[in-house]
Amino acid sequence: MLIKRIIRLSGLMLVLALPAGAALAEEESGLLSADTDINNTESLQRGARNFMNYCSGCHSLKYLRYNRMAADLKIPLPDLTQNLMFTSDKPFDEIVSAMPADSEKWFGKRPPDLSLVARSKGPNYIYSFLKGFYVDKTRLWGVNNFYLPNAAMPFVLAPLQGLQKPVFKNEPDEHGDAKMVLSGVELMTPGSLKPEEYDQFVRDITNFLDYAGEPIKAKRESMGRYVILFLLVFFVFAWLLKKEYWKDVH
Amino acid sequence: MAAVPDSSPSGKSGGFLGWIDARFPLSVLWKSQVSEYYAPKNFNFWYLFGVLSLVVFANQMITGIFLTMNYKPSSAEAFNSIEYIMRDLDWGWLIRYMHSTGASAFFIVVYLHMFRALMYGSARKPRELLWIFGCVIFLLLMAEAFMGYVLPWGNMSFWGAQVIVSLFGSLPVIGGGLVEWIRGDYVIADATLNRFFALHVAAIPLALVFLVIAHLMALHEVGSNNPDGIEIKKTKGPDGHPLDGIPFHPYYTVKDLVGIAGFLLIFCGVIFFAPTFGGLFLEAPNFDPANPLQTPPHIAPVWYFTPFYAMLRAVPSFAGTQVWGVLVMGGAIVILFFVPWLDRSPVKSIRYKGPIYKIALAIFVVSFITLGVCGLKPPAGIYPLLSKIATALYFAFFLLMPFYTKWDSYKPVPERVTGHAH
Repeated sequence: MLIKRIIRLSGLMLVLALPAGAALAEEESGLLSADTDINNTESLQRGARNFMNYCSGCHSLKYLRYNRMAADLKIPLPDLTQNLMFTSDKPFDEIVSAMPADSEKWFGKRPPDLSLVARSKGPNYIYSFLKGFYVDKTRLWGVNNFYLPNAAMPFVLAPLQGLQKPVFKNEPDEHGDAKMVLSGVELMTPGSLKPEEYDQFVRDITNFLDYAGEPIKAKRESMGRYVILFLLVFFVFAWLLKKEYWKDVH
Repeated sequence: MAAVPDSSPSGKSGGFLGWIDARFPLSVLWKSQVSEYYAPKNFNFWYLFGVLSLVVFANQMITGIFLTMNYKPSSAEAFNSIEYIMRDLDWGWLIRYMHSTGASAFFIVVYLHMFRALMYGSARKPRELLWIFGCVIFLLLMAEAFMGYVLPWGNMSFWGAQVIVSLFGSLPVIGGGLVEWIRGDYVIADATLNRFFALHVAAIPLALVFLVIAHLMALHEVGSNNPDGIEIKKTKGPDGHPLDGIPFHPYYTVKDLVGIAGFLLIFCGVIFFAPTFGGLFLEAPNFDPANPLQTPPHIAPVWYFTPFYAMLRAVPSFAGTQVWGVLVMGGAIVILFFVPWLDRSPVKSIRYKGPIYKIALAIFVVSFITLGVCGLKPPAGIYPLLSKIATALYFAFFLLMPFYTKWDSYKPVPERVTGHAH
């Protein structure tokens, strides 16, 4: 009996291995939690506004079109063309930046396209990154980033957040000697936004980039509920049909 | 399913069907393969995974055709065309997620299908050739999945291809030339992508279709095995049909319908709510376009290859070459072909086998899953040691099988299948 149980268990393990694997794949990342909601249209609208005003000068969203964004985010066309479109006058155009091809010379790196950043790096990374800038005089733009060491980006949100300073702590190295290690950042000079307001500001950007990474996401999930509901009903009828047919099998 | 109506006792029928039957054995085929193919009545849960493999195969073919219409197999356009499918093409996202989720689902159902065969002795006489066709299908499936994985031309596609293709380079003498021949270039490049596309959408699917047909023909020739491992053809009724058999249609068509509905619930759950499946089905680095100058921090193949990848890494280089790991990885597949002859137990099904086989199979399952987890992880900490142990256990399961199955005790097998129909 015990052995039978072991076999059943091993079979079950095979079935359960994948979710377990998925759990293993999500490791402790040390990032802040973005806590975004793709169904919060107002947050997405604010995120689009923030992105267009502060980010789109350098960063493109080349896989997203203005009119698609407007339709998904319920932004009226006049608002779109007057307030959000800076690089094109055709709503069906992709969201490209004004960066010239040789912008690499300015920053050491071409500002990357952000269409898929939420998919490759994750929303938590974006949120953390935007909160991780600190003053570092050794860097070209006078700032470094806690979550992306030696980031090439100048801190364009500094007027909003203010400036942060690095926090160090003592930690023994492999020889047991005390060593100063960067352990976090803290606000040094406040900006025009209160800390909670700034958090919301970057959370909205993060949410918007999460949307831009997969514009269908919200619709996919809402559609999925009906698909599952249909399949449940179908399952019941298939099961009843099977029961009816199998009555005469002994 | 609209059944072809029964023909008259003389075997001839009139009308349109009669016209067809006079020219093509439609009714004969339908009868012999479906409505009068007698399958054991005691199939359980584990017998679903054959039909589910067919369902997933059909899904891959149909979604694949529509993806092919919109995908561009060039290193400059491939990544963009995937995003075009995901965003601008109506329902493109659904087709693409069905295909990408289908790839993982294919391996889940095939692994469970193979596990079923190991449990109930389905590979054994007279089903050796049936099993071998299955092994070839599995091998081709791996090639198909690998090449398909390269097509989106994401950064993990690129580097995964780089790693896997370079494995052939470790073969002595021919290695270097072979790798160049596979890539069609000195690096993974446009030429590689083009030929992988050709193989992925034409050559391998075609071979798979033929092999699946051969697999089914062999199955219907020898008849299905069952959880009791009893040949139902041995006990026939006066009508010449096996007493423990029931016609595949309608009994198993309606039963499989329930299984398919259950499968679709899970399948659609993934498609609509977790298409990346936590980075296992679609990996995060693959949302960055291929970049030959930027290696992802940790290159791992997709989850379904990781057991074999872990074996590759578990074997240390010896005599200045890495070829041993490649040989072990290849051996892990090749050894499957010999299963019908490795099992020396007088009984087929685990129900009548002794404790040793049960424990051996349990250890095998645990080591396979362990290898899968190890292959996903960077080779550090406990994982290299775990991979080594699990690799040894994987091979021990097969190589020692002739001995432990012979020594193992067994219970007498009943004449007729057991259990109520369910």
